[in-house]
Amino acid sequence: MNVYDLIFYLFAAITILSAFFVVTTRNIVYSAYYLLFTFFGVAGIYVLLGADFIAMVQLIVYVGGILILLLFGVMLTNKITNVDIKSGTIHTVPATIGVALFAGIILASMWNTNWKNVNSDMQVASTQHLGFLLIHQYALVFELLGILLLIALIGAASMARK
Amino acid sequence: MIHVGLNHFLVVSTILFSLGILGIVSRKNAVMVLMGIELILNSANINFIAFAKFGNFGFQGQIMALFVIILAAAEAAIALAIVLNIYKTFSTVNVDEIDTLKD
Repeated sequence: MNVYDLIFYLFAAITILSAFFVVTTRNIVYSAYYLLFTFFGVAGIYVLLGADFIAMVQLIVYVGGILILLLFGVMLTNKITNVDIKSGTIHTVPATIGVALFAGIILASMWNTNWKNVNSDMQVASTQHLGFLLIHQYALVFELLGILLLIALIGAASMARK
Repeated sequence: MIHVGLNHFLVVSTILFSLGILGIVSRKNAVMVLMGIELILNSANINFIAFAKFGNFGFQGQIMALFVIILAAAEAAIALAIVLNIYKTFSTVNVDEIDTLKD
């Protein structure tokens, strides 16, 4: 058990525990804050997998963008004066049983399958290679995603101000 | 103790995926459903990057994870606009109370 394993277990514990609290906490603002720790844990797992650029993008886009959007959503759609910020649950028992069954099946198959395992030690900085791929092999996808983001921006703005 | 390998990362992503599904099906608030979707997208990203590393696929998996993050950002913006419109129309965002298409 070396340092790599220890750090993996630490980040995995942070990710899974905070994701569990995201799903189970009654107060939806607390859920949003626990989601912050989940995103940090996932970013740590990306670093362990040799994806440093993706980890940084995860922190910038998810924590800096999507989480703030979600918090805006919580704040704008709850009556703060009536302290109605708690969120109810429905069908908890059948949902838990179904999800537990599903998770058990997927976990068993994931654990028992003999995956191709080469473990290329990708200890190189990934930013340069990702940038090269983005303007060569994936140039069309890159441009299309830019257009998609523009459309999403215009659509969201025009839908929200109606 | 087993050395941390591909299976460990897959187990983490599976648990994250299941928790996301649980959040989607058992919570009432529409913003909470969005959080469940974000958990699921994160678990898919872990799978992409883990298979890219252990399957020796170079950087293709990381590129896919990047695209997923971009799409998640667009999706969150659109979904928030929809939720705000729903709140304006129904004065609630509980997904079990929104059951009419026409007002």
